[in-house]
Amino acid sequence: MAGRFRRTLATVRSTGAVPRWLLYIGGATVLVFTLVALAAPLIAPYDFDQYRSDGTRFPKLGHPSGDHPFGTTVQSLDVLSRVIWGARTALEVVVLAVVFSLIIGVALGLISGFVGGWLDRVLVLLMDALFAFPYLLLAIVLSFLLSDAIGSGVVTTALAITVVYVPQYFRVVRGSTMSARELPYVEAARVIGAKPRTIIVRYLLANVVQSVPVVATLNAGDAILTLAGLGFLGYGIQPTEAAEWGYDLQRAVSDANAGIWWTALYPGLAITVLVVALTILGEGLNEVLNPTLRRRRAFAFLLPGRSASTQAPVLAAKEPR
Amino acid sequence: MGAVRSGSLARYIGTRLLLAIPMVWILLTMVFVLMRVAPGDPVSAALGARLSADQLAERRAAAGFDAPILQQYWDFLGHIVRLDFGRTLTDNRPVTDIIVENGGATLTLTLAAVILAVLFGLPMGLHAGRRRDKPDDIVIRLFGILTFAAPVFFVGLLFQLFFGKALGWLPTSGQASPVVQATVETKTHILLLDTIIAGDGEATGDVLKHLVLPAVTLGLLTLGVLVRMTRVNVIQTLGSDYVESARARGIPDRTVVVRHALRNALVPVITVMGLQAALLLGGAVLTEQTFNWPGIGNQLVDYLNNRDYTAVQGIITFFALVVVLISLLIDIINALVDPRIRY
Repeated sequence: MAGRFRRTLATVRSTGAVPRWLLYIGGATVLVFTLVALAAPLIAPYDFDQYRSDGTRFPKLGHPSGDHPFGTTVQSLDVLSRVIWGARTALEVVVLAVVFSLIIGVALGLISGFVGGWLDRVLVLLMDALFAFPYLLLAIVLSFLLSDAIGSGVVTTALAITVVYVPQYFRVVRGSTMSARELPYVEAARVIGAKPRTIIVRYLLANVVQSVPVVATLNAGDAILTLAGLGFLGYGIQPTEAAEWGYDLQRAVSDANAGIWWTALYPGLAITVLVVALTILGEGLNEVLNPTLRRRRAFAFLLPGRSASTQAPVLAAKEPR
Repeated sequence: MGAVRSGSLARYIGTRLLLAIPMVWILLTMVFVLMRVAPGDPVSAALGARLSADQLAERRAAAGFDAPILQQYWDFLGHIVRLDFGRTLTDNRPVTDIIVENGGATLTLTLAAVILAVLFGLPMGLHAGRRRDKPDDIVIRLFGILTFAAPVFFVGLLFQLFFGKALGWLPTSGQASPVVQATVETKTHILLLDTIIAGDGEATGDVLKHLVLPAVTLGLLTLGVLVRMTRVNVIQTLGSDYVESARARGIPDRTVVVRHALRNALVPVITVMGLQAALLLGGAVLTEQTFNWPGIGNQLVDYLNNRDYTAVQGIITFFALVVVLISLLIDIINALVDPRIRY
């Protein structure tokens, strides 16, 4: 355990200065956001839907001041508290969405890559179709339908976002499974009579799983943007349920037309900083965890079609959307 | 030689077209299933509050919702093949009308955004790739990350606040001033073209002014991706043997970079930009909403808010087809440019 930790540290140290600093800065920022999200009830001066205290209503669109450092909204809500509670919502939704899509995507990818045949072909076609679909529209339609079916909320929104990211894990995992399947150690396992289940779980999963943290981190950043986009269009978390940055920005559109900046600036900055942090953390992780990938990344050649299935998916998943 | 080449190209395009058909079919089926698995009845969801039970039943029959599900599915596919995207439930308007009337605005916005992104993104990516890990490379990369990380609507709001309100330089809402909108005769449904056809320079200027902020906002979204892709591929081609041998033969650096490296770096870049079509359409919906831009995305959001299932189904289907079509075109362009793809 200790040796392993030391080895990881050694890899961190041996990577270039730039990726290392990316890793540190990104990681620290994400950590700060997570702590803020967890400690929201302690840090936030007010509740996310609180518009008065001690019997007096907060000012409407009040300038940033001592009581409200980030100002107040048109509904007299405290912007600072909304931003802090928004971090909590973002964390909840994104963790759920990433975990859901990871489980589904990795499982489907392993099965598809290992079993092959018509099952593989059907799954690939389905996933390609999902991937080709304008992702925001997919999430909108899903949360539109899901909120009709099971009501809106954190889980509904997370589910809508999940579907968007399943194909990415699927592609990455299927690609590595297919190349790993033919490797001598898997063949050896098969020869000594290992069951398919054992091969998948013990040999393939362990080999494939290393590319997941990078994709998961980058997807988390992307998922924050999708969540905010949904909120901005009115299809995310409803305002009575929790504070959500995208919804706040939607409300800020009319404020911006009146020249009021604080209702837009702070939630927008929160999204931007968090997504930048997650992106550079993902890029840093990419270089540290996967030195082979780093070399290949510089030389990966993207050709259209399904031929580029082994390394390209990692690249494809890395592209910001 | 020529015959062989064009033969393999034709074969490639043919195969590619054939491959697109199952894709389209799956997309259509997905849209259909998605819109039907929702519980309850779309007609009452959209109009329940406004009509009586008899009227609702009549509307349901008119929209074909009383037919067996397979019949509905078959009708849906048959209509799409004839480019009929159905009628809206709430105002009984053909979806094709929405596409024609509002498509011009969306097309203007997305094209302007792509042009801006290519105009600035390619040189930036090329420069960053040539000066790998130098300070300017790092700055450009950070800029690329930033343009991707900042939500389009946030960037749009900042632009509105700064260029629209604080400086008062540019309009922040709509596609043109109300006067222009009212006076210019509609011919192409593309307002910019209409003002040019009308020969009204002032109106053209007005439309262009309205276009600047939304186009830059949406353009920035694509710019980041383009910069990153160009950079990675330029680095890769600059490290390849043929670039080295070109350098060894004493070919000037400029020529090597532009003729040898950039050209070859562009194929994957074009491919990725094709994949970005989905991103661009999603971004367009958000940008249109931010700037009150009268495009298809704006209509989609309106119909979503009115819970108009058939309108949403029609517009989504159209968007999905556009994405498939763009990726098809991109692949064909790539095959024309790069003989390796068509074998």
